[in-house]
Amino acid sequence: MDITTILFYVFSGILLVSSFRVITARSTVHAALFLILSFFTASCIWMLLKAEFLAIALVLVYIGAVMVLFLFVVMMLDLNTDSLREGFWKHLPVAAVIGALIAFEMGIVLMGGFQVSEAPVATAAQLQQGNTKLLGIEIYTNYLYPLQIAAVLLLVAIVAAIALTLRRRKDSRAMDPSEQVKVTKADRLRIVKMAPTVAAAQPAAPTEGGQA
Amino acid sequence: MIGAAGLTLGHFLTLGAMLFALSVIGIFLNRKNLIVLLMAIELMLLAVNLNFIAFSHYLPVEADKMAGQVFVFFILTVAAAESAIGLAILVVLFRNRASINVEELDALKG
Repeated sequence: MDITTILFYVFSGILLVSSFRVITARSTVHAALFLILSFFTASCIWMLLKAEFLAIALVLVYIGAVMVLFLFVVMMLDLNTDSLREGFWKHLPVAAVIGALIAFEMGIVLMGGFQVSEAPVATAAQLQQGNTKLLGIEIYTNYLYPLQIAAVLLLVAIVAAIALTLRRRKDSRAMDPSEQVKVTKADRLRIVKMAPTVAAAQPAAPTEGGQA
Repeated sequence: MIGAAGLTLGHFLTLGAMLFALSVIGIFLNRKNLIVLLMAIELMLLAVNLNFIAFSHYLPVEADKMAGQVFVFFILTVAAAESAIGLAILVVLFRNRASINVEELDALKG
């Protein structure tokens, strides 16, 4: 066993245990924290597969952005976790059997059918360029159009997330600038035609009570 | 067999399959908690990405080796967009219903 194999088994163990804790943790915050650990360990495994750029991107994008967003939402919502865990033990036997079957079947097929042990040795040019540069060349030449679509997709996601969560409060007294700009003189100022002099009103006749 | 020939492609694919099976179990177990359901979906995407990277590493040199990693790149993009919108929907849902219990979300009578 060389060092890579030992590292692979260590990382796989941590990855499986932490993802098991993600789905069984009682508190949702704990689940999110274990999910962070799983992502980090997965990025270590990607490093073993010599995909450095994606490993770093996984840490930066997923742990740095998405999981922090998850943690924000989990802490912001006031959740009653006990009622959400009803039926957990009821579904456990079926779920465990199904999951074990899936893992067992796929394990048989994959361990038997993919005995490729020799990773091809990269050419000298590839080694000199490195993973990041190769990936960049590929993305910005052959996959330029999908990259643009992905950028538009992210823009749509931003707009959708803001539009979904934006809430207009009923008691808000905020001004609408476009309405303010569109105001004309006629809306604010009313000119009343009046005669320059007005005849004085007739003094009222004194009433019987003498109150005048 | 294990360890004698070093790491094979099957090792990584099996790890991905076990991760995927674990997240399927998670979806069964946490059927009521929407946040944990989203987390299980993230785990599934991680398992798929692991498969892509393993295949791209073990491909012969003359093949288009980088295609798998480019695909992972785009999956990461889509997954980030998905979780952002999913969490936004979750927040709106909690604001309107004061609950994220999946069993109570039956307004569509589906």
